[in-house]
Amino acid sequence: MAKGWDAQARQGYALIAPPFLYAALILAAPLLTILAYSFLTDGYLTVVRDFTWANYVQVWTDPIVRTVMLRSLMVSALVTLVTVLLAFPVAYYVSFMIRPEKKATWLFLITIPFWTSYLIRVFLWKVILGYNGVINSGLTGLGIIDEPLTFILYNVNSIVITLAHAYAPFAILPIFVALEKIDRSLLEAGRDLGESRVMTFLRVTLPLAMPGVLAAVLIVFIPTIGDYVTPELIGGGKIPMIANLIQVQMLALDNRPLGSALAVTTMAIVAIVSIVFLLINRRFLKVRS
Amino acid sequence: MKGQGRGLQIYALLYLLFLYAPIILLPLFAFNSGTIIAFPLQGFTTDWFSQMWDNATLRTALTNSLIIAVSAAILATCLGIFAARASTRFEFPGKGGMMGFILLPMVLPEIIVAMSLLVVLLGAGVQLSILTVIVGHVLICMPYAIAILSTAFSSLDKSLEEAAYDLGETKWSAFRLVTLPLVMPGIISSLLISFTISLDEFIIAFFLAGNQPTLPTYIFSQLRFPKQIPMIMALGTVLVALSIVLLALGEYFRRRGNARMGGNPTGGFL
Repeated sequence: MAKGWDAQARQGYALIAPPFLYAALILAAPLLTILAYSFLTDGYLTVVRDFTWANYVQVWTDPIVRTVMLRSLMVSALVTLVTVLLAFPVAYYVSFMIRPEKKATWLFLITIPFWTSYLIRVFLWKVILGYNGVINSGLTGLGIIDEPLTFILYNVNSIVITLAHAYAPFAILPIFVALEKIDRSLLEAGRDLGESRVMTFLRVTLPLAMPGVLAAVLIVFIPTIGDYVTPELIGGGKIPMIANLIQVQMLALDNRPLGSALAVTTMAIVAIVSIVFLLINRRFLKVRS
Repeated sequence: MKGQGRGLQIYALLYLLFLYAPIILLPLFAFNSGTIIAFPLQGFTTDWFSQMWDNATLRTALTNSLIIAVSAAILATCLGIFAARASTRFEFPGKGGMMGFILLPMVLPEIIVAMSLLVVLLGAGVQLSILTVIVGHVLICMPYAIAILSTAFSSLDKSLEEAAYDLGETKWSAFRLVTLPLVMPGIISSLLISFTISLDEFIIAFFLAGNQPTLPTYIFSQLRFPKQIPMIMALGTVLVALSIVLLALGEYFRRRGNARMGGNPTGGFL
C-alpha cells in the first residue's frame, strides 16, 4: 500500500512540476529579487550592493508616501464596503428568489460587463460622472440642479464608484456560493421556532453567509489597493494611489530599491489584512461545524 | 413575502442597470456624429468605424494582441491541464501549498507582478517585446485556467479511465481517448477565458511590451487625445460585441460539458 502511495505521489509531483516551476521562475524569483532590492542602496543608474534599512525608513516616514498609502487603504476599504454592501442583496435575490434553472443565466448576465474592456469601462465612468457628463447634463436638462454636482467630479468618490463597478462580480459570486450552501430547512426551523423574518435573516442566514462575505471582502480589497488605471484615468494622475507611486519610483525616478521597498510594504499590508480576515473566517467556520 | 420579493427584484434590476450603464453608452457614442463625448447626441454616422478600420497603428496593436492572447491562452491552458489533473487525481504531501502558490497571481496586485518581472527582465538584459508580455500573461491566465479545468476534471468519473485500462489501453492512450474528450468542453472554455483575459490585460502589457503596442495600451495612449475618443468608442463597441460572442460560446461549452457529465447547470466562470 505504501508503495502504491509513493507511486501516486511521484505521478502527482511529475504532473504539477511544469506549472509549479513556471510560477517559481516567473513569480517567485522576481518577488524575491525585489525583496532583495528593497534592502540595497540606490546609486546613479545602478543599484549598489550595500545592505540598508534606509528605504523602509523612508517609506514609513516620508509624508507623501504616508498620504498616498493611507489614501490607497481608505479608497480600497471604501470600495470594498460599498461593493460588498451593494452586492449582497443581489446575491441574496439570485440565490433565494430565482428559480434554479434561471440562476445560471442571472450569473452570466452579472459577469458579462466584467469581461469587456476595463480601460473603456473606466473611461466611460469619467464620461458618466464628469462635468458635462451624463448625470450632470441629464439633471441640469431636467431642471433638477442648476450647477453640475461637484462631489462626483474626478475625485476619490468617482474612483470609488468606478472601482465598485469594476469589482461587482467578484463580490457577488462568493456571496452567492455561500448562500447556495445554506440548508433551506434551517430557515424554516427558525421561522417555526417563532423568529420573525428579520431575526431569522440576522441569526441564521447572515452568519452562515459570512464566509462568502469575507471572501468577497478579500477578493475586492486586494486588487483594488494595487489599482493603477483608475487613479490615472479618473483622477487625471492628480490623486495617485500606491500603484502609481511604485511605478514612478521604479521607472520615472529610477529608484528601484525605494520602489521595491514600497512594493514589499504594500504586499506586507495586504498579507496582514488577508490573514486577519482569514482568522475571522475561521471563527465563522468553527461556529458552523 | 410578495412585497419583499418585489423590492429585491427592483433593486436587482437597478443593479444590473448600474453594471450595464457603460456598455449601453458605448454604441450610442460610437454612432454619434458629434466629436465630443457628451449629451445631447448629434446625428448618426459610421465614420468612426471606417476611421478605425483605416488606422495602421491600431492594426499593428490588434495583431500583437491576437498573437499574445492566442499564445497565452494555449500555454496557460496546457500548464493548467497539468495542475488540474494533479490536484484532482493525485494525493501528495504539499499539494495544497503548491496549488496555492500557483494560484497566487489571482490575488496579488497586478502592478507588483508587473514591476517585479520588469525589474528582473531589465536586470537580465532581456529585450522587451510581445514575447515578454506572453510570459507575463501566461502567469496571470494560469489560475483562471486551473479553476475552470479543475471543475471539469473533478466531475470526471474515475471508473471510466479504469475501464479503459482494463480493456488494454495504456495510460497515455486512455487519457487521449477517454479523459481528453470528456474534459474538452472545459479546455475550450479555459482557452476562451484565458484569451479574453489576455486580450484585455493592460498593466503587464503596458510595462513589459517595450515599444510594441497592444490593444489596451493603444487605447490608453489614445484616451489622452479628445479627437481620437469617438474612434475608441467605435473600437470599444466592436470589442464588447466580440467578448459577448466569445463568452456566450464559452458558457455554451461549459453547460454542454456539464450536461454530458450529468452535472447541474448552475455555477459560473469563477
